[in-house]
Amino acid sequence: MGVFLFLRKDMSKTRHLFFESKSTFFFLIFVLSLFFLFIPFSARAEETPEIEGETLQETEAPPAPPTDIVAKDTPNDAGNSITITWMKSEDDGAGRNNVMGYEILRSTVVDGEYEFIGNTTVGAQQFMDTDTKDKVEYFYKIKAITQVLSSISLPSRPAMSTQQWFNTDRINTLIAVLTISFAIFYFIRRARGGRKLYVRKIAGLEALNDAVGRATEMGKKVFYVPGIMDMNSMMTIAGITILGKVAQLTAEYETKLEVPTSRSMVMVSCRETVKEAYTNAGRPDAYNDDMIYYLTDDQFGFAAAVDGLFVREKPAAIFLQGHFFAESLILAETGNSINAIQIAGTAAVAQLPFFVAACDYTLIGEEFFAASAYLSEDPKLLGSIKGQDVGKFLFLLAILVGVIFATAGIFDLSKFFVTR
Amino acid sequence: MRREVPLIITGVVGITLIMSFFIPHTPFNRLEMLFTHWYQIVAAFAIVLGILNLLRVNLDKAYKRQKDWFFGLVVVASFLLIVIPGFLFSGGRSFQEPGTPFFQIYFYVYVPLMSTMFALLAFFVASASYRAFRARNKEATMLLLAAFFVMLGRVPIGYYLSSWLPENYQLAAVADWIMDFPQTAGQRAIMIGIALGIVSNSLRVILGLERAYIGGE
Repeated sequence: MGVFLFLRKDMSKTRHLFFESKSTFFFLIFVLSLFFLFIPFSARAEETPEIEGETLQETEAPPAPPTDIVAKDTPNDAGNSITITWMKSEDDGAGRNNVMGYEILRSTVVDGEYEFIGNTTVGAQQFMDTDTKDKVEYFYKIKAITQVLSSISLPSRPAMSTQQWFNTDRINTLIAVLTISFAIFYFIRRARGGRKLYVRKIAGLEALNDAVGRATEMGKKVFYVPGIMDMNSMMTIAGITILGKVAQLTAEYETKLEVPTSRSMVMVSCRETVKEAYTNAGRPDAYNDDMIYYLTDDQFGFAAAVDGLFVREKPAAIFLQGHFFAESLILAETGNSINAIQIAGTAAVAQLPFFVAACDYTLIGEEFFAASAYLSEDPKLLGSIKGQDVGKFLFLLAILVGVIFATAGIFDLSKFFVTR
Repeated sequence: MRREVPLIITGVVGITLIMSFFIPHTPFNRLEMLFTHWYQIVAAFAIVLGILNLLRVNLDKAYKRQKDWFFGLVVVASFLLIVIPGFLFSGGRSFQEPGTPFFQIYFYVYVPLMSTMFALLAFFVASASYRAFRARNKEATMLLLAAFFVMLGRVPIGYYLSSWLPENYQLAAVADWIMDFPQTAGQRAIMIGIALGIVSNSLRVILGLERAYIGGE
């Protein structure tokens, strides 16, 4: 009350300065009162969107429904899937431009109750229903929706999902596989017939003997690392194949061999391979299971352990043959620092520059896969390499023709080579 | 029989999986997953083999006081340090949950150790580059020049040095050109060779011509 009196007193002194008359002052008080009364009402109005919605519903017309609903069995799949396509609503991206998306409805009876099975964004014209039962007929309707209204299309014709026996999208791959396989078979047969096949010299493989011989002369060990991946990698299998040849040499030269592995299954396979190689070389007594041992599955843990072995044991020859990742350079540089002769081989394209920079010899890509055939000199295996060359020639031909067609503005050929 | 059975299994599985790539119909569509599961089961058993081998080799080394026996002891101690808390001291929770001793060891010991090893790569790249980028012959000189342009084109100083040139001749554009054309062409050639090599090697394995990986000749 004291404050109020003070204000009144204060105001009575000053009001003549700002207001020309009493009526103006009371008018201002009236306007301010209205303003403060209005705020709570306006806030309440914002809290009740239904009122606005109703207003909108009254003014907005429903969108045009989607048309041409087509439901078809999804091609080249294992069934349980129907693909639905439609022409979008006239109000989607044009007209009233108020469509916000589409809802897909499904029923097993054309006039029955349609259930909601999914939705798409605005502009979409396709939906894949992946929850169907094979050989059951389904009808689909598409509902175009705006903020508050919607319109439903006519039902599609019935569609049922089935499994396919051949994926026609992969016919190009099938042709390529059959052609290359035929070429490989042909040359294997030809090699079996006694025809001499020319295979160019691969420096990395020619150096195998030198590397093992060097270790023998120096009285040091040979280390063989078959990569860090498991037996499901083709590179690991190729690496183990080369290990057989290296093990045969170490058995003949009576040189110590060590094979640290990163996977248990690789360890078991390497043991079988090395054991067999030592038996073939007439030195089964020199074989010992502990030559091949497991370290860890972990990439850098394995790299640290092998680096430690390299530094402590100082082998004269190191073979890095298999599937490698970032640890490739860590291993190869450590091997280089101890002056070991290093022969690497991998098909991991990103690791090849590291091996080329740090190793004495590198088997690049196809050389790595050709190594076992090259080393065995078995005509059957050499024939398969010759078959590879035919595949390479066909690829070159396809690239050349593709370049000519693309330059002429014809892209049908390149479309044929797209793999799915 | 010791050789024949694995070869038959390899051949049948290989041909079936190739067929499943082209045939989406049941049962082919489920075979890849089925074989993957079988592989995982076999691999899980093989892990036990690996662990036993690791412990046996290192304990043997320590027991017989062979050269560097102490490192063998470190391996066994590290193994027990992470296995025992994981199995016994997780307090009824999953051993992978934050706050468990296993989690603490994993994140505060193991992960930094792995990062340290990975970080070494920077120094190894530097030393390998130093040796590789020497103009010993024509090819090495080309490699050196390509590396020079690519490295300079990827760093800000490359931009400042060549900013006065037309945009297409600046170091960044030259680096992009080297990466997009000669590098991509070379890499694709290698990849085509690798793809053919894999097809040929797979055929040799499936047909049983290649047997070294199971201990054959």
